[in-house]
Amino acid sequence: MFSWEETHMNVALYFSSLNPLDLLGRLPAGAAQGLVWGIMAIGVYITFRILNIADLSVDGTFSTGGAVTVMLILAGWNPWPAMLVAFAAGLLAGTVTGLLHTKLGIPAILAGILTQYGLYSINLAILQMKANQAISVDKYDLAISGRTVNLTILITLIVVIVLIAVIYMYFGTEQGSALRATGCNQEMSKAQGININAMKVIGLALSNGLVAFAGGLAAQYSGFADVNSGRGSIVIGLAAVIIGEVLGEALLGKHLNFAGRLAFVVVGGIVYYLVYTLVLWLKLDPNMMKLFTAIIVAIFLAVPFLRAQQKSSFKRAGKLSRQNTNGKEN
Amino acid sequence: MLEIRDIYKTFNPGTINEKKALNGLSLKLEDGDFVTVIGGNGAGKSTMLNAVSGVWPVDAGSIIIDGQDVTGIPDFKRAGMVGRVFQDPMTGTAATMEIEENLALANRRGQKRGIRWGITAKERAQYREQLKVLDLGLEDRMTAKVGLLSGGQRQALTLLMATLRKPKILLLDEHTAALDPKTAEKVLNATETIVSKNHLTTLMITHNMRDAIAHGNRLIMMNEGKIILDIKGEEKKNLTVEDLLHKFEQVSGQEFANDKAILG
Repeated sequence: MFSWEETHMNVALYFSSLNPLDLLGRLPAGAAQGLVWGIMAIGVYITFRILNIADLSVDGTFSTGGAVTVMLILAGWNPWPAMLVAFAAGLLAGTVTGLLHTKLGIPAILAGILTQYGLYSINLAILQMKANQAISVDKYDLAISGRTVNLTILITLIVVIVLIAVIYMYFGTEQGSALRATGCNQEMSKAQGININAMKVIGLALSNGLVAFAGGLAAQYSGFADVNSGRGSIVIGLAAVIIGEVLGEALLGKHLNFAGRLAFVVVGGIVYYLVYTLVLWLKLDPNMMKLFTAIIVAIFLAVPFLRAQQKSSFKRAGKLSRQNTNGKEN
Repeated sequence: MLEIRDIYKTFNPGTINEKKALNGLSLKLEDGDFVTVIGGNGAGKSTMLNAVSGVWPVDAGSIIIDGQDVTGIPDFKRAGMVGRVFQDPMTGTAATMEIEENLALANRRGQKRGIRWGITAKERAQYREQLKVLDLGLEDRMTAKVGLLSGGQRQALTLLMATLRKPKILLLDEHTAALDPKTAEKVLNATETIVSKNHLTTLMITHNMRDAIAHGNRLIMMNEGKIILDIKGEEKKNLTVEDLLHKFEQVSGQEFANDKAILG
């Protein structure tokens, strides 16, 4: 059945079916999606890197943001106030996770899972018990749309710049500094009179607010809100954070300040979606993307640990010892 | 300034690990008292400091700071009155934040933290002057991350942070024990300078009997969650390490079997 010629022909056919111009044409759409998800990733950065909490509520709040935004626009709202309400809904969801964690003593990861799980029903209710609700850019005035990619990139870029500026300034305030201190050293924070529980709730709320806002943008971009749109978004957010950090450190190293870090998180989101675009262009099965993403995130999360281990491992110590004794038994 | 009235604390009550850490402890400090605290392992020294700072609630008794009963309020709300330096140099500072940011956090102890700038130019100038007192060159590295500092530098910084807003009571929990002898002496000297300059009421735990005798105007010895010896004024000035060891054996009926306590 299988002959080399046939395989060669298939490979040749496959490559001839790939059109480089087509890839070029798809890149802007990838960048636009990456920008939207970059905002989501900034939310993940606040909990994962600043508060040192892995918050899984975002899988629910991303959908919540989309659902709230789309339903309000369908009800005749302007998209911007609609997204502001989505932001508020995210704040609320994050507050719930925060209270479950700080007031009821539920581990942060589990608190996030509970919120996310419960939100599924709430999101369905918001979508009037439908799994998704379409919103056409032809009938409604949307902030961004997948139909007008260049304009979307411009608008989203402005939103990103404004958000980074505001977040940068917030973390320079007394409260923002207290939040950073809480993520870094709880003992010290309490000794300096910081209410660490309140700070954790504020951080989780802000993070989920941003994620819901991004969810609202994403729903408009794709033209519908889906109850499942947020599934796995924590992993994509983490991927963006990690890719951004690696790129930022490589390009700017020690000169990377906080605003730069946030900017690179967004860059991480863009890179992620450009890779995604490439995968689609290569006609690889997009269903494999989740596995691919999980592997990438696992590798990058493991790198700092493995590096530290490499510097100080029993294996290395044993090898050095053997070298010094020239393999002689004492 | 500080009054501890008959406080009790038992850890893990009702289990085989039950430990009566404080056993009817009472202590009264006058304004400006600098009290050194000694005692064997498990005597309740750190537990007493944690009770005063409000890390957890006591089982019984009262803690009064500057006339205010603080027994019912948690540590972060007491923080405005209490300055703390821990044994572990890592505990007292935020490693990923800058020196000046750490100081700014400490400068707002006991105040509401709102949406005002976390640090102002005026503060920076003030911190620079205060860092000079430590004589460690930190005034030229104010935007360096604290994680880059040595243990001694971090401990000195924590001391400055604890006293930046004059606390009603300063709690030092073996704050030089993790440092090499030379650095320990430097930090101890800085402590002496800051305490006397600001007339701070201070409780300092130490394992080093010589330090306990050399510093402060009063010395207390603890055993089994109580104060078993309280020496002030002239009597304290004439103390020797041998006196203390002898007194410990007399009062507790045990030997102070800890070389570290003697040799420090």
